Amino acid sequence: MRWLPYGPDAALLECDSSDRMAAARAVVADARPDGLVELVPGARTLLVAARPGSGALAAVRALLDGADLAHPPEGRGREVTIDVRYDGADLDQVARTAGISADEVVDLHTGAEYTVAFTGFAPGFGYLTGLAEPLRQARLDSPRTSVPAGSVGVAGEFTGVYPRSSPGGWRLIGHTGTVLFDPRARRPALLSPGDTVRFRSR
Amino acid sequence: MRAVEVVSAGAQALVQDLGRPGHAELGVPPSGALDVPALRLANRLVGNAEDAAGIEALLGGLSLRARTPVTVAVTGAPVAVDVDGAAAGSNVPVHLAAGSTVTLGNPDEGLRCYLALSGGVDVPAELGSRSRDVLSGIGPAPLAEGDVLPLGRPGVPCGADVVAPARVPAELGVPVWLGPREDWFAEAASALAGPWTVTPESNRVGLRLDGTPLRRTPDRADAELPSEGLLTGAIQVPPNGLPVLFLADHPTTGGYPVIGVVDADALPALAQARPGSTVRFLPSAAPSSG
Repeated sequence: MRWLPYGPDAALLECDSSDRMAAARAVVADARPDGLVELVPGARTLLVAARPGSGALAAVRALLDGADLAHPPEGRGREVTIDVRYDGADLDQVARTAGISADEVVDLHTGAEYTVAFTGFAPGFGYLTGLAEPLRQARLDSPRTSVPAGSVGVAGEFTGVYPRSSPGGWRLIGHTGTVLFDPRARRPALLSPGDTVRFRSR
Repeated sequence: MRAVEVVSAGAQALVQDLGRPGHAELGVPPSGALDVPALRLANRLVGNAEDAAGIEALLGGLSLRARTPVTVAVTGAPVAVDVDGAAAGSNVPVHLAAGSTVTLGNPDEGLRCYLALSGGVDVPAELGSRSRDVLSGIGPAPLAEGDVLPLGRPGVPCGADVVAPARVPAELGVPVWLGPREDWFAEAASALAGPWTVTPESNRVGLRLDGTPLRRTPDRADAELPSEGLLTGAIQVPPNGLPVLFLADHPTTGGYPVIGVVDADALPALAQARPGSTVRFLPSAAPSSG
């Protein structure tokens, strides 16, 4: 673990693995010291931003220096199941690349349990880890200018669902009618870091 | 219902308050007024709490008709303000009778004017804020001719205010804390100093800067950075070497290295920096975090 400076009121914790990052995030999220403004997980990092003069940055460092990241607190994340129709435009290509049938792609995708590692790209877009090895495939050479809302895709070590229509380069394997983000809802984002996600074919 | 009607929105008029920090982990940018002291001042002048929602008007041009009596104040980029054709000042409270129209001219310097209304713009909040976020489309749509804006309960205007609005210098010197990824760049401090020119592609997401491209160190030339968190004021360097200085509507994570973070005190002036203006960075090592 390595702390990198991010201006006077924030710091970036660089971790050796996404698991260590998730553990560090869980420790800080569990304690929520006063004055913590943002806690932003990345693929290998945790960005901590504090209210100036609050001392929250020092509190987080002390918390993590004394934490056993091999045994993080039991996640308070939710368990979310998302119904998917596996009819994505790239499903056959993903199957060919993996050297398996489209049905086997569906079995692999629905058979795994995923964790929301971090978010970004758009409100409510979660980067989900836990993808089966054969489905870890490169982004499209040429991104689509418009991917429909609810599209379910894979890219590299991640799978995820587009919360709204946007450009995108992920390989699309299906779509869902589930609403991922509603800014007027009491809980705007379906997925938060630390949540557990399963996909169900319907 | 207390309300004003939009006669003209000008180039771009957005409802803004102090934003919705604290939701980056959901992928939601902080948003909020770019020139925060200007919005706070405007709100104080009309008797509002400093975090009430007002209007951020790019290059002025905004015109509003009062449907009910309302006090307004215009701050930010220095601009002519008139009421029904008669000159009224900026940085002072101005009373509008029902039916009166307040109109902003176009500023000769600076970019963004702020107009506060007594009671504040009372549209529904999203994630605790009424700010329009142009990156993710959260918050009320950009204002358009004919829109009617409901207003909240007015407070008591305090009259004059002691805070004088800053003028916009022709060339900005901006203190920058190096890191977290300055070690990706050759001679980071001297190369980052600039000068840099603000380009017309700049917006509320960030200032896009033109100048001598920053070069990566040879061992990082083709390195990929796993996505990591971003904050307002971060200077991100895409592969073309031309930095993007993120403002309030920035993406919450990104996969290009951040060479440094500008001092928060410089953000209001950067929010007023026109395309074509010059920015020089004054880099220093960040204080030991913690």
